[in-house]
Amino acid sequence: MKLTFWNTTVTGIALLLAIPLLVVVANVFVPAGEVWQHLAATVLQDYVVNSLLLMVGVAIGSLLLGVGTAWLVSMTEFPGRRLFEWALLLPMAIPAYIIAYTYTGMLDFAGPVQTTLRELTGWGYGDYWFPEVRSLEGAAIMLSLVLYPYIYLLARAAFLSQSLCVLEVSRSLGNGPWRTFFTVALPLARPAIAAGLSLVLMETLADYGTVQYFGVSTFTTGIFRTWYGLDNAPAAAQLAAMLLVFVVVLVTLERSSRRKARYHKTGRGQQVLTRLPLTGWGRMAATLFCFATLLFGFLLPAGQLASWTLETYQAVVDRRFMALVFNTLELASLATLLALLLALLLNYGRRLQPTRTVRFAVRVASMGYAIPGTVIAVGVVIPFGWFDNTLDSWMREQFAISTGLLLSGTIAALLFAYLVRFLAVSLHAVETGLERITPSMDEAARAMGERPLGILGRIHIPMLKGSLLTALLLVFVDVLKELPATLILRPFNFNTLAVRAYELAADERLADAASAALAIVIAGLIPVILLSRSISQTRQESPSS
Amino acid sequence: MKMQLEVKEAAVAYDGNTVIEGVNFALQPGEIGCLLGPSGCGKTSLLRAIAGFEPLARGAIRLHDKTVSQPGNSLATEQRRVGMVFQDFALFPHLSVAKNVAFGLKKQSPAEREQRVTELLQLVGLEHLREAHPHQLSGGQQQRIALIRAMAPRPDILLMDEPFSSMDAELREQLAREVRELLKRDGITAILVTHDQLEAFAMADVIGVVGHGELHQWGSGYEIYHQPVNRFVADFIGQGVMLPGEVISTSQVKTELGIIEGPIPSGCKPDCKIELLIRPDDVIHDDASELQLEVKARAFRGAEYLYTLALPSGQTLLCLVQSHHNHQVGERIGIRLDVEDLALFSQQT
Repeated sequence: MKLTFWNTTVTGIALLLAIPLLVVVANVFVPAGEVWQHLAATVLQDYVVNSLLLMVGVAIGSLLLGVGTAWLVSMTEFPGRRLFEWALLLPMAIPAYIIAYTYTGMLDFAGPVQTTLRELTGWGYGDYWFPEVRSLEGAAIMLSLVLYPYIYLLARAAFLSQSLCVLEVSRSLGNGPWRTFFTVALPLARPAIAAGLSLVLMETLADYGTVQYFGVSTFTTGIFRTWYGLDNAPAAAQLAAMLLVFVVVLVTLERSSRRKARYHKTGRGQQVLTRLPLTGWGRMAATLFCFATLLFGFLLPAGQLASWTLETYQAVVDRRFMALVFNTLELASLATLLALLLALLLNYGRRLQPTRTVRFAVRVASMGYAIPGTVIAVGVVIPFGWFDNTLDSWMREQFAISTGLLLSGTIAALLFAYLVRFLAVSLHAVETGLERITPSMDEAARAMGERPLGILGRIHIPMLKGSLLTALLLVFVDVLKELPATLILRPFNFNTLAVRAYELAADERLADAASAALAIVIAGLIPVILLSRSISQTRQESPSS
Repeated sequence: MKMQLEVKEAAVAYDGNTVIEGVNFALQPGEIGCLLGPSGCGKTSLLRAIAGFEPLARGAIRLHDKTVSQPGNSLATEQRRVGMVFQDFALFPHLSVAKNVAFGLKKQSPAEREQRVTELLQLVGLEHLREAHPHQLSGGQQQRIALIRAMAPRPDILLMDEPFSSMDAELREQLAREVRELLKRDGITAILVTHDQLEAFAMADVIGVVGHGELHQWGSGYEIYHQPVNRFVADFIGQGVMLPGEVISTSQVKTELGIIEGPIPSGCKPDCKIELLIRPDDVIHDDASELQLEVKARAFRGAEYLYTLALPSGQTLLCLVQSHHNHQVGERIGIRLDVEDLALFSQQT
């Protein structure tokens, strides 16, 4: 392979970003001694069983909500359908750990629901049974409520892309609309639904805030406990590696489903579907189902957060809070700009030198989206700590100078972890934009006498503007919401909105946590708006083209 | 006369694999050439070498009396004064029609630019769309805009890569004629790359047949159809059958259908066994003819029938007949041969 600017840059970036993963995998072979035996004998089984049960629960819940609502809004007509089409994405704006403690606040003994219940019935403490939200089932419900939109999005697109003809063939062969749904529409959409489900399950595995708050022992909480409680890095890394095995299965499922989804496309959706007009009870049930999903997934928790914020903001929003906001914005902006820069480098590298090595390197660099933040954090702490210690002892031997910790516990470590985790987001956004600039456009410009820099300025930058902005916004919001990696890697006494909200909630100061949480939710609305805009665009384009 | 484009012994290679080589041809100013061949034959690589997107492995390309390409030395595309029309048109989606057309007019003053854009838009009758964006245009309109955008800077040569391939068949021929008229009016030298022979016949003054990495023949449409230089050209262009025969004198070939007279290319000695190309239009339907052959199959083509006829030996012949001569399969019809050019090939063993 000839060394050029592009392939050196691209492979260099990919290698750097692969470090955390390599470290975690390499630690499988480091003996963790008694700690590992202790884990295996006591809690390991809990981690596996709870993680699996949680995945099953979230799968059931999010499939029910995601596929149900997707089918209703794409194939039938009922009051409020056009509103629900985009509003059903709103729950995506709420991170799972935030919805978890919001519901805890609403449903616990002193919360509004039980208080009202007692006032109405005159019952006292211990007179009645009330479901415990802080449980495995509760965690499954919370995660389902905010993760189902992944399935909704992909399933809806799959239903809309099914050509009218296929459905009409089924009808003409004597199948009613319901039979057609179960025998044709649903099987055709299955790969898309499976892809959505694997994304949901990846998020479930990556979740730390919810399960930690609810006291459910899963892999992510186990990694934390092994790290901080037992202070054993290899054992934590080995737990992380076990978690990765689950992730690899899900990534494989997602990839193969997406490939299949391409073959399952039956038409270009040129004809507008005649929606099944629902009548009577069906109409009401459809509206009610979509509304309930939206109510419990977004309106109620967001409303509760807003009301808590109104109660407490005067006490909470002070100079320290503003410093928190500033910290968070600074961190997110830095990470965002870096991610954009790397995404541009990688994408242009692949465009200008699409060799096998470069393409593989870009894929490596985009692996992080599937890796839980906890795993990445472990994979960052270990090598950074090793680097600091090695450098420190070498410098002391040679020059009698102690360099101390150069990288560990700095913003640099945190930024690096964010890049590993979220680079895929900006890579994809830039790639989408760059694909619209066909090679023949570059060539056309050159044939008309334009030089490379001129092509960049007159064609690429104006055409990429939108995608670059999207890339910035998406990474920004993701960094804002990120919890576990930030918890592990943040510098001493350095807080972000997410960490602060989590800490206050852990101290049972739910109302005080609301201001920070609400700020995160409002920022989280940005990607939802972007997504819903692209939804309304496809709706406008489909009849004409 | 000075040549506008000269291609000498040109070869193009990717990573050491030669895709086309030994290409020689030239175009006079104002002439429209065409590279015609099946997909993957190397014709597009050749076009891209002329544009300057691919370097030459061997040979040279001269444009307007200046060597622009030779191995190890290639003038950048942007300095060549070429215009190119792409298969996908490559219109810039973020620019209006007028700005697309004006893209290559950087050196002109705003007034000159304005005038040239207006003039070209009027030429193709799309003045009313000057502020529209590419996605609002139909395929035919996009094609015309891509064409005048490439013409706007008055290039030394206009290169067109399958410019009509995304059109449906009817529009394709009409557009090909329109484009030819436009180029002729402005005296623009151009090369078209296509796999569609009807398109080539409609557009080009001179056609090069390309196959398996070489240029087989460079000539007019009539020449490549009736005087193909080898079997590849004979097979690729039009329809026809190979009739076995024997050269018996310097101007006579003896076949199952009798003795056919005509100029015999040098190199064919008497007594040598050959095959003679018979095109469907070489076979004339004549009820009075003594030669009566059985109809084996027929295909209705609107204005005419294409009959497949069988000779006693089992050899078949294709015959094009006006469609009111309606004969059934199994009937015997009279024919005579009217072969003007003898296209002879050595017999295949």
